[in-house]
Amino acid sequence: MALNIDQDHARFRDIVRGKVRGNLRKYISNGELIARQGKGTVSIPVPQIDTPRFRFGDKSAGGVGQGEGQPGDPVGGQDGEGEGEGGKGKAGQGEGQHAVEVDVTLDELAQILGEELQLPRIENRGRRQIFSAKDKYTGISRVGPESLKHFKRTFREALKRQIAAGIYRPDRPIIVPTREDRRYKSWQVDTLPVANAVIIYMMDVSGSMGDEQKEIVRIESFWLDTWLRSQYKGIESVYITHDAAAREVDRDTFFRTRESGGTMISSAYKLCADIMQDRFPPDEWNVYPFHFSDGDNWSVDDTSLCIQLLKERVLPHSNMFCYGQVESPYGSGQFVKDLREHLGADERVVTSEIRDKDAIVDSIKAFMGKGR
Amino acid sequence: MSIGKSRELPSYLSDWQVKIEDHARKLGLDIFPQVFEVLSGDEMNEVAAFGGFPTRYPHWRWGMDFERLKKSSDWGLSRIYEMVINNNPAVAYLLEGNALVDQKLVIAHVCGHNDFFKNNFAFKITDQDRRPPSSAEDLVVSRAAHLPSRKWIDTFANHATRVRRHIERHGIEAVESFIDVCISLENLIDPPGRLLEGRQKPLVTDEDPAPVEVTRFQTRDYMQSFVNPKEALDAEKKKLEAERDKAKKFPEAPRRDVLAFLLEFAPLERWERDILEIVREEAYYFWPQAQTKIMNEGWASYWHSKIMTGYAATGDEIIDYADRNASVLSTAGGKLNPYKLGIQLFRHIEERWNRGQFGRDWEECNDLEERKNWDLKLDLGRRKIFEARALYTDVTLIDEFLTPDFVIENKLYTFGWSNRNERFEIDSREFKSVKEKLLTQLTNFGSPFVAVEDANFENRGELLLKHEHQGVDLDLEKARRTLENVTRVWRRPCAIVTAVETRPMILRYDGKEHTTRPMK
Repeated sequence: MALNIDQDHARFRDIVRGKVRGNLRKYISNGELIARQGKGTVSIPVPQIDTPRFRFGDKSAGGVGQGEGQPGDPVGGQDGEGEGEGGKGKAGQGEGQHAVEVDVTLDELAQILGEELQLPRIENRGRRQIFSAKDKYTGISRVGPESLKHFKRTFREALKRQIAAGIYRPDRPIIVPTREDRRYKSWQVDTLPVANAVIIYMMDVSGSMGDEQKEIVRIESFWLDTWLRSQYKGIESVYITHDAAAREVDRDTFFRTRESGGTMISSAYKLCADIMQDRFPPDEWNVYPFHFSDGDNWSVDDTSLCIQLLKERVLPHSNMFCYGQVESPYGSGQFVKDLREHLGADERVVTSEIRDKDAIVDSIKAFMGKGR
Repeated sequence: MSIGKSRELPSYLSDWQVKIEDHARKLGLDIFPQVFEVLSGDEMNEVAAFGGFPTRYPHWRWGMDFERLKKSSDWGLSRIYEMVINNNPAVAYLLEGNALVDQKLVIAHVCGHNDFFKNNFAFKITDQDRRPPSSAEDLVVSRAAHLPSRKWIDTFANHATRVRRHIERHGIEAVESFIDVCISLENLIDPPGRLLEGRQKPLVTDEDPAPVEVTRFQTRDYMQSFVNPKEALDAEKKKLEAERDKAKKFPEAPRRDVLAFLLEFAPLERWERDILEIVREEAYYFWPQAQTKIMNEGWASYWHSKIMTGYAATGDEIIDYADRNASVLSTAGGKLNPYKLGIQLFRHIEERWNRGQFGRDWEECNDLEERKNWDLKLDLGRRKIFEARALYTDVTLIDEFLTPDFVIENKLYTFGWSNRNERFEIDSREFKSVKEKLLTQLTNFGSPFVAVEDANFENRGELLLKHEHQGVDLDLEKARRTLENVTRVWRRPCAIVTAVETRPMILRYDGKEHTTRPMK
């Protein structure tokens, strides 16, 4: 039922969108959003949608409460409220000025992201889309196998015929369908596109990657994920962590594990190449390997092995290869230089150095700006 | 009368409406005619977002409230049970699908509100046929025979039409952003002033200002005309008078109704003036409700409990009723619940006046035992609370009837922000500080007093507002942003005098930049 308020509601959503847009950088560098992720939506706190008024500074004010406790005890239930301004006693227009939270769908978020960063839409690599066939019973036909007979329709036809012929007697309603009355369910073949893009996230979890570095990776991969999902109908993700050896893990582990020990990047690339070969044949899949590390590889030999692997096994089968280097106090950060030196000319390779959270936006733009 | 999409009240409910209203009248409640409507959950949220009204002028903040209400009702966090509009006839809503005991509770509760709307003096500000009061008595004496005109639903609908017309002509962006500006100033009104509007104002004298005294050189009489020649004296007098006139301020006395001042003197477009007027009108409408939140809810709760337990609830409903009632009156999380505080205050007053615990003898009695057993069996309680509901607002009620015993019994405390522990902590349970804090919080319902001080500040046509600092600083960031909105209306730089940590300061905004300087 249409409500009078729908218009005001729509207007409010528009304003929120504008607010989100204006503060996009802040939202992106803020890890909080990911935690607020619900089923296909993210709730976003919208700041300053409240109207300013001449009012008292909150903290000096305090208030009056009711309940147990000694002087010096904390006042209950203040965490959620944030303000604790004398409870409801002050209700009315002055109250309820907390940041508003709104639900935004991930699609919408990706759209805003795309508009704001002017990300081009991704061109499918010209590989054929894959479809799966699915039967859907949508129609009725006069012929078909007995197993698909539609009893209700069949008897209805028979009834119609008998009434038309004048042989139907309401007091003795016996209906006998004939051959012509029979109706069968018929189906159509629906073709649905299936997942044909895969993101392979690789992350260095060696001792030098601290919590802050991982937070950056987490945030960035959330946004990359959101964007790519808006571009492809179905999408799969693969997560690989590595220190001196590589493992395929689930999403949760990917963001949580902290290993110690050395770094052999080649191990990850090798696993990545194997997975691509086994599970994602390149003529059917758009493949996006992302690798995040602090750029501190074990040895020069390993680095050259990496470059060889990339050149021979990864790059030829990928849309692009993205390397994001997070700055860490321990790492030398050499790896990005090596990559640029050897593969800088290859337009499928995108590298980006992410100094801190604020640099995430630029990094996303660098990665996705080519529209591949 | 039917409001919008309402459905006819089913007969089992309208029967109860009649029964409960009759019973309420028997108990002494004096109510407007009532119209109940049954709404679905979404409609209830809509109406609640509109502040109880079926239509409001278009604005995004109703949409914002709606989203919040809808979310919390969809997620089962909260449900709006009852809403009633101060209107004649009073219009109230029942939630579709509620159990009969809930609906009865709401009907009874609404009767309480309705009686309060009709009889509390603060609500006289919403009489649309209000005449200037001829005496103070006029303000408070109930005119039982007289049904004041309060067609606010129509008025609000007209406001909506007017704003829609402005939107058609000037576009949503322009109108909406101006509404935002007005909303930001909506608490700058002067309700006490309006209640007395039209009365002769003895404060403003028609007398000429005192004549200017020119200093004369001291001398003997016969030398006067030489030492103090008349021409020189006249010239001097003229000069002083000119100076005095120049110093004369406009407005002469500070005006608390800042919105009225802006309406009168700010260079507004016609449509802008119209919108500002609408916002001001609606702010006055909502003022008494904010001013009597504790009393109003307390009064309604007092009566729903009397009506339900003494009459309306059947034996098998009583447990459900008690459950609802308990959740309405709960004080979980140490918060002050206006329903609870209000009903307790009324019961406290009733008991005191029943037992005669007032007057000089009572005040002077220091014997604990004697006070405890004090009972003069006066039975004046009921009369007293009816009187209180007519003559007080939250502030004055608490000022008059909050007692140390009450504070202890109801476990009231004050809390403040602890910088050391970065949290709100209980400060004190002392009567004096609890009362003081409650009163400060409620005065002007938590809004600072702001008045127009000078419309020609520093002789540059700038508007100077003054915050009457009463110990609590303004939220400076919000004050600055509000000042921007004042400037938008006044179209000249604006400033406000306030105090920051006891030092007088002037915040000024010139349209581009904010400045803050200590006051000379």
